[in-house]
Amino acid sequence: MNTNVKGRSAAKRPKLAVWKFASCDGCQLSLLDCEDELLNIAKRVNIAYFLEASRAVVHGPYDLSLVEGSVTTPDDAERIRAVRRVSKFLVTIGACATAGGIQALRNFKDVKEFTSLVYARPEYIHTLEKSTPISAHVPVDFELRGCPINKRQLLEVLGAFLHRRKPQVPAYSVCLECKRRGTVCVMVARGTPCLGPVTQAGCGAICPAYTRGCYGCFGPMETPNTASLSDGWRRLGASEEALYRAYSSFHAFTQVSGTAREGHGK
Amino acid sequence: MGNSDRRSRTVKVGYLARVEGEGGLYVKVQGGEVVDVRLDIFEPPRFFEAFLRGRDFREAPDITARICGICPVAYQMSAVHALERALGVNVDGQLRNLRRLLYCGEWIESHALHVTLLHAPDFLGYADGIQMAREHRDAVERGLQLKKAGNEIMTLIGGREVHPINVRVGGFYRVPTRDELRPLEERLKVARDTALEMVRWTAAFTFPELETDYEFVALRHPNEYPFNDGRIVSSKGLNVTAAEFEEYFEEQHVAHSNALHAILKGHGAYLVGPLARYNLNFDRLSPLAQEAARSTGLGATCLNPFRSVIVRAVEILYACDEALRLIAAYEAPDFPAVELSPRAAAGAACTEAPRGMLYHGYRIAADGSILSAKIVPPTSQNQKTMEADLRAFVQSHIDLPKREMRLSCEQVVRNHDPCISCATHFLRLDLDRSEA
Repeated sequence: MNTNVKGRSAAKRPKLAVWKFASCDGCQLSLLDCEDELLNIAKRVNIAYFLEASRAVVHGPYDLSLVEGSVTTPDDAERIRAVRRVSKFLVTIGACATAGGIQALRNFKDVKEFTSLVYARPEYIHTLEKSTPISAHVPVDFELRGCPINKRQLLEVLGAFLHRRKPQVPAYSVCLECKRRGTVCVMVARGTPCLGPVTQAGCGAICPAYTRGCYGCFGPMETPNTASLSDGWRRLGASEEALYRAYSSFHAFTQVSGTAREGHGK
Repeated sequence: MGNSDRRSRTVKVGYLARVEGEGGLYVKVQGGEVVDVRLDIFEPPRFFEAFLRGRDFREAPDITARICGICPVAYQMSAVHALERALGVNVDGQLRNLRRLLYCGEWIESHALHVTLLHAPDFLGYADGIQMAREHRDAVERGLQLKKAGNEIMTLIGGREVHPINVRVGGFYRVPTRDELRPLEERLKVARDTALEMVRWTAAFTFPELETDYEFVALRHPNEYPFNDGRIVSSKGLNVTAAEFEEYFEEQHVAHSNALHAILKGHGAYLVGPLARYNLNFDRLSPLAQEAARSTGLGATCLNPFRSVIVRAVEILYACDEALRLIAAYEAPDFPAVELSPRAAAGAACTEAPRGMLYHGYRIAADGSILSAKIVPPTSQNQKTMEADLRAFVQSHIDLPKREMRLSCEQVVRNHDPCISCATHFLRLDLDRSEA
């Protein structure tokens, strides 16, 4: 990218890089899912490294690096340090990069047993014992939650870094989004177990609007009261196994989920 | 580079761009003969089949969706059908139609992404879709608008574009009213016209020659272009059910390769995906899609993988047409899902992901917990064929200059829209990084 017709020249535009670690690609896809904004974003920032979208590579350093995925191999543990070195700001996007992701379920099991279950020749698999978030390896400037992230929140984060301000990303619970959306509480009205009271907002409270309980894609909210929610679930007839599983998904490898799982029999 | 150098050389791409996931390719030529071809995969494993064990069967659609952010609906669909078969439940009528409509949305968004942003830049000589937009702004905007139309179906039926929340074993959590689908109808009528333009646009590309003798494998249904069901058929006579998949297909370890290769027992390599579906099911396309394909000179058979870009555009057109048909016939069902009760059982299903047939097989216990899961994504199945394409292409274009050869080899792989994130939990990893 050398020149741009209407935007600033590439040399003056901030350089954006998008990096992938162990993940499903869904969070970086969210950037391409900004169909109405994509071409304008490209005018404002120089998309300098984004292999899912382009074979053109502009060398670092980069003004902003978006990192998707968790660290699961010795090579990736090295690579994330190299990414940090060439990045002015580093923002993790999604549950894998921020919390280790669904693949962090291996962290509670014997990874060797896992390897032999999936692969006939486990000796060829080079993998670490645990799937860990990016912040376990390098300092992170901002963590954007979600499995997947919300593209409106992604645009907010991009805008905030372009204008050198703090991203406006709320840490309150999904319950507030339900109230704002006018969704009747599924726990109260339908007796459907819901993780909304302890889950960070950001998705737009989609599940309750589809008469389904929240299943925790955005991870724990600020100061969640999981003990109280677990009691609420029990009153609705949820088993200890169901509670254990509910706290063991995309953010299983967080302290909150770990604490919440205690006392559910495992 | 002199002509003699071109007859002994290696073509290496350390990190393939414009594909989903992390992979590279390696081709070695000695004395004018291709002696080694590899598609390297260094995407880390994520062990989905392992941590599905012990989870409740109702969690499978949401957990397996996380294998791929580009085609989560495919994972959800193969999962629900396999589990419903295990439980002896048949989800039919408008619930089945809604699933088909959701799948249309995923095909449209996934194919529009690939055609416009990942594949077309190869034909027109750009590094990416954004650079291409400077001189082909209309075409890129058209592609993005189509992608958006697909995503609008996903958002309305599924709740969101990536990892929809509304799919469950037995049906949905909430079904839309007729009125809620109406805005989609207007949108899709425009999208259908746009798709027709896309078919014509892609048909005007210049296509390198590549002769293939694929065994195509796809689902075939008595009267539908295949999404959710059908028998597994091939262009060389296979005709089996999903329950028989593991009897007829196997994964092989190849000593010189990094990847497990799926083969059809007694036949060898095969191809799944748009080309396979098209060649095996041309007669099941809507009249509009058939006519559009014919008008571009694409017959009922297409053997050049470079032309798969046109086939994807035809499938987008079909998906718009089919979505409109489903919406016109829609009446909200009385219940969003059928009742289920767990039992000890096994079930398997294949559905057609945008990239090709996706197999799920499960065994569950009497309490509904998953005992074992087996998932075979389309990209795993196509690996051996992608390597065969590379071999055939390099062999028949042995004197191409270095830069063109490298670009063409990348294009040969991108022809099949590989999703390495999908394939990985299934691949053997034995990467020599010095070659990457």
